[in-house]
Amino acid sequence: MLLARIDRRHQLKWSLMAICVALEVSNPAFALDPASIARSGNGDAATACSSCHGDHGEGLPDNGFPRLAGLDSRYLRTQLEAFASGSRANEIMHPIAKALSSDERQSLASYYSGLIAPKAPQQAVDDDKLIADGKSIALDGIWNKGLPGCSQCHAKLGLGVGASFPRLAGQSSTYIGNSLAAWKDGSRGNDPLSLMAGIASKLDQSQIDAVAAYYGSLPVDQPEGKTP
Amino acid sequence: MSDIASDPKTWFAGVLFLAAAGFAGYSIGSYPVEPVKVVTAPQPATGALPQTPKDSKFSPPGDDKIPDSEFGKSVRLGQAIFYDTQNNAEEFIGNSLQCSNCHLDKGRQPDSAPLWAAYLVYPAYRAKNGHVNTFQERLQGCFEYSMNGKAPPLGDKTLVALESYAYFLAKGAPTGTVLPGQGYPKLPRPDKFDFANGKEVYSQKCALCHGADGAGQQSPDGQTVFPPLWGPKSYNWGAGMSSINNAAGFIKANMPFSQGNTLTDKQAWDVAAYIDSHERPQDPRFKGSLAETQKEHHGGAYDLYGTTVGGVTLGKDSVPSGPLPQ
Repeated sequence: MLLARIDRRHQLKWSLMAICVALEVSNPAFALDPASIARSGNGDAATACSSCHGDHGEGLPDNGFPRLAGLDSRYLRTQLEAFASGSRANEIMHPIAKALSSDERQSLASYYSGLIAPKAPQQAVDDDKLIADGKSIALDGIWNKGLPGCSQCHAKLGLGVGASFPRLAGQSSTYIGNSLAAWKDGSRGNDPLSLMAGIASKLDQSQIDAVAAYYGSLPVDQPEGKTP
Repeated sequence: MSDIASDPKTWFAGVLFLAAAGFAGYSIGSYPVEPVKVVTAPQPATGALPQTPKDSKFSPPGDDKIPDSEFGKSVRLGQAIFYDTQNNAEEFIGNSLQCSNCHLDKGRQPDSAPLWAAYLVYPAYRAKNGHVNTFQERLQGCFEYSMNGKAPPLGDKTLVALESYAYFLAKGAPTGTVLPGQGYPKLPRPDKFDFANGKEVYSQKCALCHGADGAGQQSPDGQTVFPPLWGPKSYNWGAGMSSINNAAGFIKANMPFSQGNTLTDKQAWDVAAYIDSHERPQDPRFKGSLAETQKEHHGGAYDLYGTTVGGVTLGKDSVPSGPLPQ
């Protein structure tokens, strides 16, 4: 049933996207099939996305491969560019992103942005105190260290904002923890205004673990709610 | 279900982007770099009060010290209103802002007009309304101007809760004293404001979050995450932030988030002037005449209301103040 929904969604998405492309840049890019690249690769060095990111872009939590489904397409596109250029250093993604053409990067970004997927199962962090500590940092920050709460840019409940502040709800604790570590050690350096590099540098490992545990504990779809 | 809806959204976003790009393109060439003549800064209302040394530091009590009592309930309600004004005091606001947008860390952060420091300096005479104001009256002003809403009546639960929260945060601090970190930092006065430089600083440092069009940004559930800095959903022409000196002090100490005190004073002044040179909701004291409102309530080097910047006479075509009719 879910698959049928996703297929129908693709048909709609594609017909509209084809119109978009035809109107905006009269370019044959709409002939690209991102679903096929996602499933089987592009015949070049770009291997199948789904082998690490799951059939529906839900990610592979235990290995730290992120969820892509439902992320902002501009954000996804920017990350592919950053993997290709090396500003987001990643041994696996660098050759893959480099092997994707500009049109392929764009169409894959749009494709994953439009996917709906349930949260990939992960062994939950079984530490209520750690999650509570992470929630406190995520919502309130640590202002005497100059740290705003994560939610002040990524939205309450981690829903994300616009092109530059990705959705965190639905990501695994492994991925969140790895990302913060990558900003802290400089291997990820593609954040606008170096915001995340500065923020990660002010977090110690126990605080990174706590924030990661909190976001890993959130469901994909958040309940509406008032001030926590 | 949402499949069809999501694609028009993409289209709409594209149209918005084009509109924003068009706006930016239009305004690039339209701002004069003329200096604004600087006159003597007005004395702050609290200027006559004793100041404590800069190095003495006050720490408000933590949330864990909120008592488990009826008073504690009021403190918690005040904190909730302060943190999420949109969802906890919606009947009194007319824009997309939160108290905590300008008073960071739920009113605790020094140099961000912390609540604990404000609590200590009231009652006080205010030239803004020509009489001695209680703390609740001061809070009414926040709703009327900064929140572009309507003042809760004195004694209303909303004001009592906010006052309870401020009183709680100020525990142990000396009343009648200006503590370090009170209000916003007062930067050395500039010779002029450079709007073109302000626009440049804005596009480099601010637009990422607040948008090139100053309209802020929302999360997918419709909550405003990055507040609008001008336009109909921002603070009105009577708000403290519409004075460039307040905006510059706040920006210098706190913006961009996590990178406070990284802008130069000149950058902070110029970008504050740029932000406050845009239209926003009318001054609630406006009674039909821009010139009279300007004469009675505006003027000075830090206030662009009624002046013409980039061909726009500010305040002339403002949307009416107050909540929009439903």
